[in-house]
Amino acid sequence: MTTETIFAGFGGQGILFAGKLLAYLGMNEDKQVSWLPSYGPEMRGGTANCCVCVSDKPIGSPYVTDPDVLVAMNGPSFDKFIESVKPGGIAIIDSTLVTKECARTDIRSFRIPSTELAAENGLPGMANIILVGKLLKETGIAVIDAVRPVLEKLIPPKKANLIEANMKALALGMAL
Amino acid sequence: MERNLMKGNEALAEAAIRSGCKCFFGYPITPQTEISAYMAKRMPKIGGVFLQAESEIAAINMVYGCAASGVRCMTSSSSPGISLKSEGVSYMAGADLPCVIVNVMRGGPGLGGIQPSQSDYWQATRALGHGDFQILVFAPSSVQEMADLMSLAFDSADKYRMPAMILADGLLGQMMEPVTFASDEIHEHTAAEKPWAACGHGGKRPHNIINSLYLQAEELERLVVERFQRYETVKGELHMAEQYLTEDAEIVVTAYGSVARLAKAAVDSARAQGIKAGLVRPVTLWPFPEQEVRDACRNAKRVLCVEMSMGQMIEDVKLALGCRLPVEFFGRTGGVIPKPSEILEQIKALNAKEAE
Repeated sequence: MTTETIFAGFGGQGILFAGKLLAYLGMNEDKQVSWLPSYGPEMRGGTANCCVCVSDKPIGSPYVTDPDVLVAMNGPSFDKFIESVKPGGIAIIDSTLVTKECARTDIRSFRIPSTELAAENGLPGMANIILVGKLLKETGIAVIDAVRPVLEKLIPPKKANLIEANMKALALGMAL
Repeated sequence: MERNLMKGNEALAEAAIRSGCKCFFGYPITPQTEISAYMAKRMPKIGGVFLQAESEIAAINMVYGCAASGVRCMTSSSSPGISLKSEGVSYMAGADLPCVIVNVMRGGPGLGGIQPSQSDYWQATRALGHGDFQILVFAPSSVQEMADLMSLAFDSADKYRMPAMILADGLLGQMMEPVTFASDEIHEHTAAEKPWAACGHGGKRPHNIINSLYLQAEELERLVVERFQRYETVKGELHMAEQYLTEDAEIVVTAYGSVARLAKAAVDSARAQGIKAGLVRPVTLWPFPEQEVRDACRNAKRVLCVEMSMGQMIEDVKLALGCRLPVEFFGRTGGVIPKPSEILEQIKALNAKEAE
């Protein structure tokens, strides 16, 4: 079983971090994982994306062209990647920022106003984590209890106060 | 052993430190900058030296001086920066000095772009500088292999007294994968193992001279011929390749580095469609694993060479096969990554040709 995910959005939304979180979670479940960022000049304020593969087998191509899961956090990313999602795949869309409806009927799409939800719940900048919560719920790659040790590793000690907020955002996404 | 999720560039740097590299001289350039950044953080903690030079040319000449004193040292850069280093690499080859040079390739020529590429194959295996010489070239295809090949590169460079290169690309440098290191300890390496090193003789032995200038033609010829005899030894001892599903393969794909992984995915898809496809992946590019490539193609009817360039390694594949099999090429260049589905189409086309 291999799950290939593309996270895409603006630089600054935590796209690369969301991907890293998923890769670490996969690794802690003893899976093979790869994380490949876009590193072009577009990273400064423009679009950012990363490909994450989680698999039971050694990963062939770390470069994902037709993902099983798309997490889209802005309009340009949605437009760019939505047609590439595998039939039967999943699209998780930040509906605060992506106004277009998903026209595809051969995939499961979830429109979640995560940027709005993050603001309402006092979780600024954690729209990405809400969507990761939803991704975990739909893919079953990891359970919520597995997340805390990964966050403790990923978040530097001087920002340790953010761990609780991240857990809250994740639980919010998983409950949707 | 603990699995660490690391970028390829970081794995290279950590592996170098564990291999006993004590000095790093570099100059930033995308997509290899994480190597410098990692070294800047880590080197002072192990009592080593990190130095950001004023240019790539300065950095390679610092490596020259450092290697001459018998210390394990390295530099890293990306395509245009490697071109700048080429003079120093030639001098080091002429002075028989070991070091490791990392090239995280990006698109060229000129300043080119910053996306992944394999268009420096010729530069690495044929002419990284002027004069009659070769360097060792290793081509990892995963983050784990980035770490594993680094210690081999240092050991081989010392053993044969040659510069060694890790030839990676932007995709491998930037991606993260789990990596485990063979040992938590730093391999301590002393200049005592290098009787030729200019590290102080204390009046107890004649002084060593490190030099690449020989104005007497006969003397220079003798040294170059001796060096090429050493290259023959290297060719006999150091040749590595991975074979994948080649036993009965009728269509054999040749690819190295990150592209070999994309090709492997294409080979799997071809197999699923009933095509007898296989892959041979050179791990050493110089010496080129000729015997392994011939062996992988023993039942092949056609060969497909896939690269992120306009076709450079294909020449070595053809030389290894001695024109006994048709070798075709598929590549993307300029920073465009070939899709596994594109490679699959090429395999299918070759298979269809064969069926005719």
